[in-house]
Amino acid sequence: MAETQIKNLTMNFGPQHPAAHGVLRLVLEMDGEVIERADPHIGLLHRGTEKLIEYKTYMQAVPYFDRLDYVAPQNQEHAFALAVEKLAGMEVPPRGQYIRVLYAEIGRILNHILNITAYAMDVGAMTPMLWGFEEREHLMEFCERVSGARLHMAYFRPGGVSRDMPAGLADDIAAWCERFPKLIDDIESLLTNNRIFKQRTVDIGIISTEQAYDWGFTGPNLRASGVAWDLRKSQPYDGYEKFEFDIPIGKNGDCYDRYLIRMVEMRESVKIMQQCLEKMPAGKVKVDDQKYAPPSRAEMKRSMEALIHHFKLYTEGYHVPEGETYTAVEAPKGEFGVYLISDGTNKPYRCKIRAPGFAHLQALDMMSRGHMLADIVANIGSIDIVFGEIDR
Amino acid sequence: MVSFSFKGRSGAPERFGVRAGWSRDTVIGMADVQPIKDFSDYIAGALGTDLTGSTVALGELTLELEANKLLKVLAYLRDDVNCQFKILLDICGVDFPERERRFDVVYHMLSLTQNLRARLKVQPGENTPVPSAVELFSAAGWWEREAWDLYGIFFAGNPDLRRILTDYGFEGHPLRKDFPLTGYVEVRYDDEQKRVVYEPVKLTQDFRNFDFLSPWEGILQELPGDDKATVGEDDEAAVKADK
Repeated sequence: MAETQIKNLTMNFGPQHPAAHGVLRLVLEMDGEVIERADPHIGLLHRGTEKLIEYKTYMQAVPYFDRLDYVAPQNQEHAFALAVEKLAGMEVPPRGQYIRVLYAEIGRILNHILNITAYAMDVGAMTPMLWGFEEREHLMEFCERVSGARLHMAYFRPGGVSRDMPAGLADDIAAWCERFPKLIDDIESLLTNNRIFKQRTVDIGIISTEQAYDWGFTGPNLRASGVAWDLRKSQPYDGYEKFEFDIPIGKNGDCYDRYLIRMVEMRESVKIMQQCLEKMPAGKVKVDDQKYAPPSRAEMKRSMEALIHHFKLYTEGYHVPEGETYTAVEAPKGEFGVYLISDGTNKPYRCKIRAPGFAHLQALDMMSRGHMLADIVANIGSIDIVFGEIDR
Repeated sequence: MVSFSFKGRSGAPERFGVRAGWSRDTVIGMADVQPIKDFSDYIAGALGTDLTGSTVALGELTLELEANKLLKVLAYLRDDVNCQFKILLDICGVDFPERERRFDVVYHMLSLTQNLRARLKVQPGENTPVPSAVELFSAAGWWEREAWDLYGIFFAGNPDLRRILTDYGFEGHPLRKDFPLTGYVEVRYDDEQKRVVYEPVKLTQDFRNFDFLSPWEGILQELPGDDKATVGEDDEAAVKADK
């Protein structure tokens, strides 16, 4: 009998696949069930954000950042706001900083809940998704109460936040912070020692420290490879140095470590939120300079100058002094950076968005070679990708 | 502060400038600029003529160099024991159409041990390639593909320089300043052909890009059109000549 010839198989994974986390088209070269090469095709969600921002004033550019990583929109706005503040020399009042930190951590939890539960569902666990989404709903309600929008908040503006928190919100967030760790315990009881979950994730997609550097990893994925690096600690912004929290790091750099890191990070985020609420100072929430921050409605009814400022800010916008900056924040997925070049006019000359997911997805080929087809699903889930920010 | 200049609109920063008492260098992060300045001196000393310029602005270090020195400098920054810029965070293009060598390729690097960032800039022209950094940093692969896709900057030595963000079969480089915001083609589903078809962009309303740059320059010395207000010696001479 002649020997059976096995040809390599090319397989399309996505763009419409529930485990592709969006519109990822993955061209897989398979030898039987072993992956020989994974070639991600991205750009199916490309909207030309960077080009559009070049045609918008600085204030009009803010909502575009919500639509990048739409799972945690406020963290993207944060980077842009910090970049503009740095160029313009604005100083955010303490209350504005605390509110930003509070909501940035809400964003982190929003992101990690979605990532962990969707990742768990990819590898076979349904229940965490249902539990987690209830908590996401509560968090999005907090977002809605402060900004009017559940997801696309446009709340972090250059110079502070758009408005103060309404009465009673701080108490409700504090009550939620008391409750939430219980849910983390519950999810952990379902996943952390679960035999099936561990079989699907332990020792899958191992990334060594050197590989993580080489492929430009940041955020939880870098920490899972054993590097203690967090911009909130090492290059603190908006007063993160005033908070006490720990940075979890992994030992093995596999899919399971990346899951564990995110679980611990959620607990740390709750700690930061509680400290925020405790220490929240009173005062203004945005910079006290009407050349940058719009006047209040009440003021506009009485003051001619306020009316002129309002009109100028919403037509021409403010001018940002000539210069360039690369400003990064520790977004839930990793280092989210904005490279902003200003030519002194009211619109950015260039606004490059450095999305952490772009670098992480690039390494998927390296991570997945030699693994089985089912493992690529675990790999995609564990590196936490969202196509809004990758395709821009 | 920065090495490029812009035509025309440069009056703006004075009018909307930084207020007294605020220092742009001390506002956010990395408040202590001195280590960066020292570091800048160290690198300038070590690399010497490989760099064409080095500046520290807003607490950020920028090194400018020629494309043929790029790989040497990248490797030095990565491997030198006092630098250890092990992570290449980002590569991006910037377009300055009025310049002879119209592009900037900007590399952002991060050193975890020094807790420092560095920015490298090379200036390729439209037809001059930049050496690819893939050999040194695997992460460079996709960032270079992106710069190629969006700006048409060619990276010599990149093994896989395909388009990455734009559509299959896309023509042109959309982030160039001379590429229109609305693009050239639009797509729709054709019910007769039962497929998506590409057509030239038809705008029901012309693309509007309002120039909101303020004409407010404060009170002018002379009122436009009111010649009598300034009758100087020249004008008197002109009046005589007319007679």
